[in-house]
Amino acid sequence: MEKEKNSDQKSRRTFVEQGLKFGLLTAAGGALLTKVFGKSESTESAETVELMSTDGTLMQVPASAVSHAHESKSAYNPREGFPNRKFVMVVDLAKCRNARKCQSSCNKNHYITGENAWIKIYKMQESEKSAPYWQPTLCQHCDEPACVKVCPVDATFKRRDGIVLIDNNRCIGCRFCMAACPYSVRVFNWSEPWQGKDVEEAAYTPDYAGVPSQKGTVDKCDFCPHMIDKGELPHCVSACPNDVFSFGDMYEDTVTNGSGQSFKLSKLLKDRAGYRLMENLGTQPSVYYLPPSDRVVDFEEGLKNYTEFQSVDKPQEP
Amino acid sequence: MNTAYEKLINDLAPKKFGWKGNAWVAFLVVVILAGMYSYVQQLKSGLVITCMRDYALWGIYISNFVFFVAVSLVGSLITAILRLSGVHWSTPLTRIAEIIAVAAIIMAGITIIIDMGRPDRLLNLFLHGRLQSPILWDVIVITTYLVISLLLLYYPLLPDFSILKRHADQQGWLSKWYDRLSLNWSGNEKQVRIHALSLQALSIMIIPVAFAIHTVTAWLFETTYRPGWDSTNFGPYFIAGAFVAGSGAVVVVMFVLRKLYSLEDYITDDHFDKMGKVLVLLCLLYLYFNINEYLIPTYKSTEEEAMHLQSLFKGEYAGLFWTVIIGGLILPVIILLFRKGRKPLPLFLVALAVVLGAWWKRYLIVIPTLSHPFLPIEGVPQSWHHYTPTLMEWSITAATLASALLIITLLVRFLPVVPIYETAEERGLTKPSEPI
Repeated sequence: MEKEKNSDQKSRRTFVEQGLKFGLLTAAGGALLTKVFGKSESTESAETVELMSTDGTLMQVPASAVSHAHESKSAYNPREGFPNRKFVMVVDLAKCRNARKCQSSCNKNHYITGENAWIKIYKMQESEKSAPYWQPTLCQHCDEPACVKVCPVDATFKRRDGIVLIDNNRCIGCRFCMAACPYSVRVFNWSEPWQGKDVEEAAYTPDYAGVPSQKGTVDKCDFCPHMIDKGELPHCVSACPNDVFSFGDMYEDTVTNGSGQSFKLSKLLKDRAGYRLMENLGTQPSVYYLPPSDRVVDFEEGLKNYTEFQSVDKPQEP
Repeated sequence: MNTAYEKLINDLAPKKFGWKGNAWVAFLVVVILAGMYSYVQQLKSGLVITCMRDYALWGIYISNFVFFVAVSLVGSLITAILRLSGVHWSTPLTRIAEIIAVAAIIMAGITIIIDMGRPDRLLNLFLHGRLQSPILWDVIVITTYLVISLLLLYYPLLPDFSILKRHADQQGWLSKWYDRLSLNWSGNEKQVRIHALSLQALSIMIIPVAFAIHTVTAWLFETTYRPGWDSTNFGPYFIAGAFVAGSGAVVVVMFVLRKLYSLEDYITDDHFDKMGKVLVLLCLLYLYFNINEYLIPTYKSTEEEAMHLQSLFKGEYAGLFWTVIIGGLILPVIILLFRKGRKPLPLFLVALAVVLGAWWKRYLIVIPTLSHPFLPIEGVPQSWHHYTPTLMEWSITAATLASALLIITLLVRFLPVVPIYETAEERGLTKPSEPI
């Protein structure tokens, strides 16, 4: 396992040395990337898209180049995931002041109409004398997912790129996955979700959770494959005003926050003593937390946003 | 004419219901219809009609399911375990035990479907079944158990059907059915041999399957990380509890049937005394597993376990918990240790308490654990913090219980509740010679 990772990193480095720097957001293999690179230099286009390289610099790329890479979607199987990717998130607890923008953005973009948000910001306190802190908690996309293990019909599944998804067309609504998940991230559609005609009539695909939601099935955070596919960051990451979240690819050893800053994942976790939730359970989450030490925000400040009994601002029922 | 033999058949042959029987059936049907109405509402609106929500994600449907599986285990205890250990006194009780087992296991299967968010996708279990999931194990062992239980009910009935076909001559259609169901049983040597062998084989087969159904049901909880469920004690704990619930149910049913059908000659006070002894032994065994289940986590008192146990011992569920432990387990043990406590009426009342306690015990196993997840319960409406079953939920659950009772009632109407053939054999009564 270790060896495999090392060789992955090595071949990755040679890859970078050859000057192909579109790793983070273009999913296809090397040949396709070269084409994209060549195209971006030769084609003049009025529309440009901002892309991020592995060292964190932003560059303008013609929109045509991106759409070219987008064609890889035809080969993309929502059950298999993006080839040669392994997504990871880092949550910096030192920066969270419970602004709840991640939550409202997630609620809005996944058309959550229930009463339980997919991302929660818990008020945590390890023990009486230690300081309280805010802990944004979303699906941990475990490498040993307890939910997937117990699903009787393969409705919830683990992809090669690390993402755990739910096929709402297959889910039988037994809720065993919800009982199995130690992070309480799964929510159930107890009644018919009313998400508006556009969403309800949208073509369903498991890689855009909540579009549409289905009565009697389980929903949860999907790590936003629909955004990754477009070359963008998950909604919570880009919505956070405090750069609490960073998202990236384990194989590239890079994560990027909402402001566009990139970090070397391994260094970040080492320097800041990153950890994962309930490591002792052996679930191997893909979400890392940086401890709330040397905080840049005041805990008290978050209290004004704290709603103990509400996580979704429900729009009025039509 | 062999009069003793004729009397035996007359005593044991199923009888038409009187007004009491009909009123009972009508009552059950009303309860079932009310539950069906609620279930239609559930199909229309979703599980929102229950009090279950994202934290209390399982409720009385699941605890009721566990109860049914538990009760069904008694078939294997009385018909198989006692039969194989050469105990003969239990012969008149085997039919009752098997009828209860069949009714309970059928309703267990239906109850679990009621809990599903998408019952319309039931076939996915077979189309996309994943063997890694304990639910699939449950599907496999429960269907296996249902088949073996039906056979264990049916095989001993073959000679009885053959006897009844002549006895029920006055009721033409019934006699025809008995004839068909008797599969040409004539009682010749070959048939008797195959019959005995098959029963022996089924009795052996059902024991591991019975242990499997309830162990797997325990694993549905045990395979999660949750405090209160995360226990290696759960398999034997569930099995011991199941035998308690099932034996209690047998005592209740045998008391009622003995009274209604005047079966005092066949289900004697001695049977009650022996069942009382069986029940007290099983209760003690279950008590032992309860001590293991609660005492050791209390001794260690890790934060999560302590929170869970507090809610049982002193908190929200304390009243129910102690009522069930004392009224459904400790008091029965004390009462049944005395000979007077094992007389039919006191034993019947104790068994009733045991069965009720067993139902609520499953509630205490399933629900409190869910109110103590690892992360705080936040950002959900206050009502989601507590689970109190809704009226709709109760009516559906009552309907499943009524359905089980209806299955038992109908089987009692058409089947001899005490095996005729086996009883005749044991009493050395030979049937009059007849042309085959």
